[in-house]
Amino acid sequence: MKSLRNFLDKKKPLFQPGGKLSKFGSTFGAFETFLFTPNHTSKSGSHIHDTIDLKRTMTVVIIALLPTLLFGSWNIGYQNGLAFGVERSIIENFIFGFLKVLPIMIVSYGVGLGIEFIVAQIRGHEVNEGFLVTGILIPLIMPVNIPLWMVALATAFAVIFGKEIFGGTGYNVMNVALIARAFLFFAYPGEMSGDLVWVYDLAGNKPVDGFSGATPLAYAAQNASSEIASFKDMFLGFIPGSIGETSTLAVLIGAAVLIFTGIGSWKIMLATVLGTLLMGGICNLFPANEYMSIPAYTHLVMGGFAFGAVFMATDPVTASSTEKGKWIYGFMIGILVVLIRIFNPAYPEGMMLAILLMNVWAPLIDYFVIESHIKRRLKRAKIKGNA
Amino acid sequence: MSGKNFKMLSNPFNLQNPVTVQILGICSALAVTVKLKPAIVMGLSVIVVTAFSNLVISWMRNSIPPRIRIIVQLVVVATMVILVDQVLRAFVYDVSKQLSVYVGLIITNCIIMGRLEAFAMGNKPWPSFIDGIGNGIGYAVILIVVATVRELFGSGTLLGFKIVPQAVYDAGYINNGMMIMPTMALILVGVIIWIQRSYFKQLNEKE
Repeated sequence: MKSLRNFLDKKKPLFQPGGKLSKFGSTFGAFETFLFTPNHTSKSGSHIHDTIDLKRTMTVVIIALLPTLLFGSWNIGYQNGLAFGVERSIIENFIFGFLKVLPIMIVSYGVGLGIEFIVAQIRGHEVNEGFLVTGILIPLIMPVNIPLWMVALATAFAVIFGKEIFGGTGYNVMNVALIARAFLFFAYPGEMSGDLVWVYDLAGNKPVDGFSGATPLAYAAQNASSEIASFKDMFLGFIPGSIGETSTLAVLIGAAVLIFTGIGSWKIMLATVLGTLLMGGICNLFPANEYMSIPAYTHLVMGGFAFGAVFMATDPVTASSTEKGKWIYGFMIGILVVLIRIFNPAYPEGMMLAILLMNVWAPLIDYFVIESHIKRRLKRAKIKGNA
Repeated sequence: MSGKNFKMLSNPFNLQNPVTVQILGICSALAVTVKLKPAIVMGLSVIVVTAFSNLVISWMRNSIPPRIRIIVQLVVVATMVILVDQVLRAFVYDVSKQLSVYVGLIITNCIIMGRLEAFAMGNKPWPSFIDGIGNGIGYAVILIVVATVRELFGSGTLLGFKIVPQAVYDAGYINNGMMIMPTMALILVGVIIWIQRSYFKQLNEKE
């Protein structure tokens, strides 16, 4: 540790204004703050100090994401084994899957960080750490068979058009990882939906009899509710799906980390669940088809709901920031998810679109919450003044 | 052609471009640019309509009562659009089918009304005619650029001819479905504006 610090201190003057490599100052700064907590403090006004900064926050989110990554890797191997009748041990399944996820992660980080560094150099800004989390979120919400060039294209599109043109980390209107997924979903629907993309190597190969590779959501959309996996299987995640989304249990471990550290808002998570249960319950009351009659709580474990509610909807940049707004925002996501899933046959999964839509609405929700707050306080002040 | 007239013709190509600088006519730019051929035909139609309505209105400008000038302008534009529509139907029926309502909707294209109001009502016929052609071309250029990108990446063709070789498809390349959607046209127009503004700094608003 000490030698690393000394090395950085020795090289620092090179990158400071006037130094030989001052052009790359932001790159140097990015590595320095990644390795060591910066020691400068604010100079004016009174501030509440916390030992945790943006980079440390991001690190916690990545730790929260690890269970889904580990489980997702294992599940790739497990599903592939199921499809082709191969017996593997837990470790073998995990290694099989991890080797499939790793290239996607490398491409996503390589392209995203590359663009971040280039933009930071052009603008002369510090390199922002926002991509640390996005870079791991993108692989987790992709199907395992996704071609790497598509990952690269989608990442580039999301970082440039989802974030950098709005001004970089902290200014994006919509969740960057979801923009990457939405881009692929609309640009290459053949690689992002259907029954063949969720299990490694299923397209073009003949699986064992009785294995279809369809997700529970796909069965539900076809009104084949008897085919949907059991609640236990869906909760634990033994189902086909995007890499990180299948296991609700793994997501819940992540949620516990986020809530315990105070980084993810439990209000948004709870409100999303409540909204889903309400809308699912209404559909249960008036079941016009089989899909509407499946129990409302099944929506909580199908598809990307849990992953989206915990890791996507709570993104502090794109979610509502007022406390009341968080409830409305989460609740609306929950309602929209069920609406899109049940009433729009073209989109079996509604979580991505629901969150993106509410991302756009979040500032408006905040605006009205603040307005009503001001009005209420103004009223109180006036009554007191009269008396 | 005098230098002043030439400037009038060439200005709308870039610094006074109706689509990327004045942000007019965006709607049709998104709607007809999926394929290159309809975009070219649409561009030509708009050139003709802008040029000739500018000419006619400029001839009539001194006798139009100001209160009803919008109605008069609309009548002239509508006549031109119907003429263009009939010609398209007679000679390029398939393209006319593809453009469907958008030929008729040239009437509502803000570029045309904008030029009539801003230029033809106060200038002589010949400069008005040139101004109309210039603005029409400015619009057509953007349409063609957007349509080229969209058809090339969305369908792998240009003017219906296969451009992306089969070997590339065999290697795993897939046409981008997003390019077919109007969303991507809007993003492409945005990118053109972005490039234009970072290249010609005088277009940037002063802070």
